[in-house]
Amino acid sequence: MWPNKFDYQRADSVDQALELIGEEGKFLAGGHSLLPVMKLRLSAPEQLVDIGRIDSLRGISANGGLRIGATTTHAEIAASSDVQSMCAALADACGGVGDQAVRNFGTIGGNIAHADPASDPPTVLVACGATVNIQGADGSRSVAAQDFFVDLFETDLEDGELITGINLPNCSDCQCAYVKFPHPASRYAIVGVAVCLKMDGGTCTQADVAVGGATVKAVKCAGAEAALAGSSLDDAALNAAADMVKADIADWLAGDVAYPESYRQQMAGVYLKRAVKAAAG
Amino acid sequence: MQISVTVNGVVQERDVDPRTLLVHFLREELDLTGTKIGCDTSQCGACTVHLDGKALKSCTLLAAQADGTNVTTIEGLALDGEHHPMQTAFWENHGLQCGYCTPGMIMATTAFVEDNPGASEEAIRHNLEGNICRCTGYHNIVKAVKQVADAAAGGD
Repeated sequence: MWPNKFDYQRADSVDQALELIGEEGKFLAGGHSLLPVMKLRLSAPEQLVDIGRIDSLRGISANGGLRIGATTTHAEIAASSDVQSMCAALADACGGVGDQAVRNFGTIGGNIAHADPASDPPTVLVACGATVNIQGADGSRSVAAQDFFVDLFETDLEDGELITGINLPNCSDCQCAYVKFPHPASRYAIVGVAVCLKMDGGTCTQADVAVGGATVKAVKCAGAEAALAGSSLDDAALNAAADMVKADIADWLAGDVAYPESYRQQMAGVYLKRAVKAAAG
Repeated sequence: MQISVTVNGVVQERDVDPRTLLVHFLREELDLTGTKIGCDTSQCGACTVHLDGKALKSCTLLAAQADGTNVTTIEGLALDGEHHPMQTAFWENHGLQCGYCTPGMIMATTAFVEDNPGASEEAIRHNLEGNICRCTGYHNIVKAVKQVADAAAGGD
């Protein structure tokens, strides 16, 4: 399958990329989200600006928290000892995207710009309090991940704006986990749940929860968080949180013939419990 | 646009339409038809090649993105007339039936074993998630890969 015709330019710097991008243009990094939709003619940009070789956009640095450049690949994130120690759930989620060949070239920036609701990393980014760094012709800004994902394949990005990276707080004193119910064929998440727990002895002092896959976007789940916080993560708290998570995502449910909304909503409760247990160890 | 890609050790300079996918460049511009097009949606792995040593689904990259890189295809795997050990292992273990998925299988697994010498059968099976075979049920493919993985780790 061939995509529609487009102009192709390669940028050597972020400034040059922002200068080159036109009204009907899109940025290209690994291309593993964008090219498939272009081949299916679901997207037909007139211009691609290749940002894949801009060194400043790539790499992982740990300095208090994590900074992950937009064109860092899933494989690099999954293999990073810094990510594994500071946000293990993100390493797990990125290690579960597609397959090895896809992870070798697909990038975190491309992944979140695409905003596929069944993809794994966005759910972790929302749960773990990531911020998305964005640069445009008029300057730069940062948006909390939970505000970045707006709706189905829809983000807060404006035309001409470029994701430069992601910041994550240091979660090494938290216990975080991402657990998913993968589609048996595609391995995309039918339901994906990320939790990030702060524990004081046997008591959960703070819980952050997000659900994806079952929803049109990764959704932060305040009700489930409140049910877990202050508890010892006993069965009563888990059951209450599972009930709350179904309410948290009720306005955002997604479904299809095989896995309808009501089923995914139910499974979100099941997978929330599994995620909490995985995080609590 | 003008691109220059080193394919199997040979510099290939061509003028291509920007929308040319790497797999089309290999098959149609360079006549390297060992690389197959299967699903054309980054799932089946029949088009797997190496780009700068990493396994890549060549249906999901523009030839323009490969400008200046080193690409290895199934045709470039044998060295000095000798099959790569993975090719030999697929032969010895009959790791194929119709053969359509085989070039992609071999390219994906050579990259995997390079990074994971001594890999377990479980790890091998997991890594094959990106390559789909509809004939053999994977059993002999796994045997072939295990043979090479064991040898790479210094075993038998």
